[in-house]
Amino acid sequence: MNQNVNKQALFNYVLALGDDAITMGHRLSEWCRNAPFLEEDLAIGNVALDFIGRAQMFYQYAAELDDQGRSEDDLAFLRDCRDFRNLLIYELPKGDFAFTMVRQMIVDLFNMEFLEQLTKSSDERLSAIAGKCIKESRYHLRRSHDWVLRLGDGTEESHERAQRALVDIWGYTPELFMVDESEQQLVQAGIAVDRAALMSVWDNRVGQILTEAKLQKPEDSWKVEGGRRGVHTEHLGHMLSELQFLQRAYPGLQW
Amino acid sequence: MIPLVSESQRLREQYRKEAGLEDVWAALEQIKDPEIPVISIWDLGILQEVEQQGERIKVVITPTYSGCPAMHEITRDIRQVLEQAGYAQVEVVSRLSPAWTTDWMTSEGRKRLIEYGIAAPVGCAADGSETPIACPLCGSEEVTKISEFGSTACKALFQCKECQEPFDYFKCI
Repeated sequence: MNQNVNKQALFNYVLALGDDAITMGHRLSEWCRNAPFLEEDLAIGNVALDFIGRAQMFYQYAAELDDQGRSEDDLAFLRDCRDFRNLLIYELPKGDFAFTMVRQMIVDLFNMEFLEQLTKSSDERLSAIAGKCIKESRYHLRRSHDWVLRLGDGTEESHERAQRALVDIWGYTPELFMVDESEQQLVQAGIAVDRAALMSVWDNRVGQILTEAKLQKPEDSWKVEGGRRGVHTEHLGHMLSELQFLQRAYPGLQW
Repeated sequence: MIPLVSESQRLREQYRKEAGLEDVWAALEQIKDPEIPVISIWDLGILQEVEQQGERIKVVITPTYSGCPAMHEITRDIRQVLEQAGYAQVEVVSRLSPAWTTDWMTSEGRKRLIEYGIAAPVGCAADGSETPIACPLCGSEEVTKISEFGSTACKALFQCKECQEPFDYFKCI
């Protein structure tokens, strides 16, 4: 395999994983001081921090691979919408509490399977990052699973909101399992995870949790994709305008 | 209860014994976790290795949680403490693998946590074994979990059914 192509593909891959983590972390951070009660506010804030820390680890690695010499902060704060490579499910607005928790359960379940495989990557750095993150995801899932049970099998209103969230999110889930050409190269090299192969385990486990929560699994009637190509929903730009504000207004500002 | 030390912790302690540079270890042991100021970075399992390379001191640490803001402060503290001890060139290396685990917390560290009012991690993360969590104030094992997350990512929130006091539990990971 051409070494240069491989390095570019690895950069793209690591950057995309960083973008997934930072968008998820930012969406969760929006609950800070808005959560239903204090303990939950702390919990969401802590999960957000885990994702932002995750983004930092991926961006640090991406910065080392970048042939334009950008720093981790440049990657986070100075790229525009179309340069972000995160999957769409992560950038969707936080919605109500049911939407946030249903999405969280869906991505936590995915991350458990994904990170487990990534620990076996032939790339030592990715494997080390995955080994660290999977411990946190296990913990995140315990909480998001609990919440989906409480909401789905709770009051009439909580059930209805959780079901609505599920229907609104469902079409964004197939993108979790799509592998593009650049990623496919890395899968063959034993570096990247074959996402497509995670689908059936994930689907089974989601099904079990939904049944337990008395929620109905939506039909696979629509799907949206584009994040990995930089084609996003209208929400990402708004998010970045907040996330990147300080560095845009005061370039190079430090704590 | 028989105090058990995990295999990985035994190796960590052995490394320290054989590494020499006792003044450096002692200086670093003054550094406390900024959010739990009773426990040192050694007792918490963050400090791994110290090595002298000519004029230079290399310190290897393992970050706790991915987003833990205390890690920046700890890195800064390490440089500061070693500069004061007369080492001008300090390199701090953050090592991700093997990932940090509460199995590396020393028995001294566990004791200090409990005295501070935080229940120490119980059981062993490596083999998944669990022992009941006890209230750090009255010792009762009749406790109930209030939230998976406490004031920081590393803690969960519990309440004692015996003395009614809420307390933080340092999660076992």
